[in-house]
Amino acid sequence: MLTIDRATYDAIVAHAKRDHPVEACGVVAGPAGSGRPERYVEMVNAAGSPTFYEFDSVDLLHLYREMDDRDEEPVVIYHSHTATEAYPSRTDIRLAMEPNAHYVLVSTREHGNSEGPVEFRSYRIVDGEVTEEEVTVVPSLTPTA
Amino acid sequence: MAIEVRIPTILRPFTGGEKAVTGAGGNLSELIDDLEANHPGLKERLLDTGDAGPDLRRFVNVYVNDEDVRFLGGLDAELTDGDQVVVLPAVAGGGLETALVPRASSTTGSR
Repeated sequence: MLTIDRATYDAIVAHAKRDHPVEACGVVAGPAGSGRPERYVEMVNAAGSPTFYEFDSVDLLHLYREMDDRDEEPVVIYHSHTATEAYPSRTDIRLAMEPNAHYVLVSTREHGNSEGPVEFRSYRIVDGEVTEEEVTVVPSLTPTA
Repeated sequence: MAIEVRIPTILRPFTGGEKAVTGAGGNLSELIDDLEANHPGLKERLLDTGDAGPDLRRFVNVYVNDEDVRFLGGLDAELTDGDQVVVLPAVAGGGLETALVPRASSTTGSR
């Protein structure tokens, strides 16, 4: 199960709507091993495409260095599909390289840049195997003891 | 001669769980051969052995001292003692269902 706070959820949805019809992408980092998506980081889609996303290679290095320095990992890796459902494509599955991450997909196919609900779904993708999981949106993450 | 190589989570099964290992070589190609000798299986995950000869896999990024190796000559990129090499899988995907994913314009072929 993915537990995510309302503000982060809203930020992901807003990013997806803003960038539509181009795919939006980013991560939510959190302390390694905690499973807590705490630090929202929007990334630039270097592919600038409605059907493909890729983090810029230099941005990617900076992101991973920063996470390393903070003892974080990418708890959530999100991107949008702009014309298809919020389900991992074959490309998504083939390129999923973070077995510990929650892969969040948002579909903007229904309302595009406009107000309105979006599909927001989360998956584990490990060795080519996709497992959907429940998403629980909470007002804020409970503080760690 | 020692070069530190940072290994991403997905490849740590090949390094006994180590986040960083050391290797040697005068260029990236030699370094990868050296890594393979100590950590069998790594090379196949880093290199694509197509008809045109081996090249870095399209969705594997390698950096030498923080610079994308594709701008340094790819597998021919020269290395010296004390260099730091970072391996990171691309974070990529998308709604496109076919295998026809765009190729990064920055990719330079190496022999």
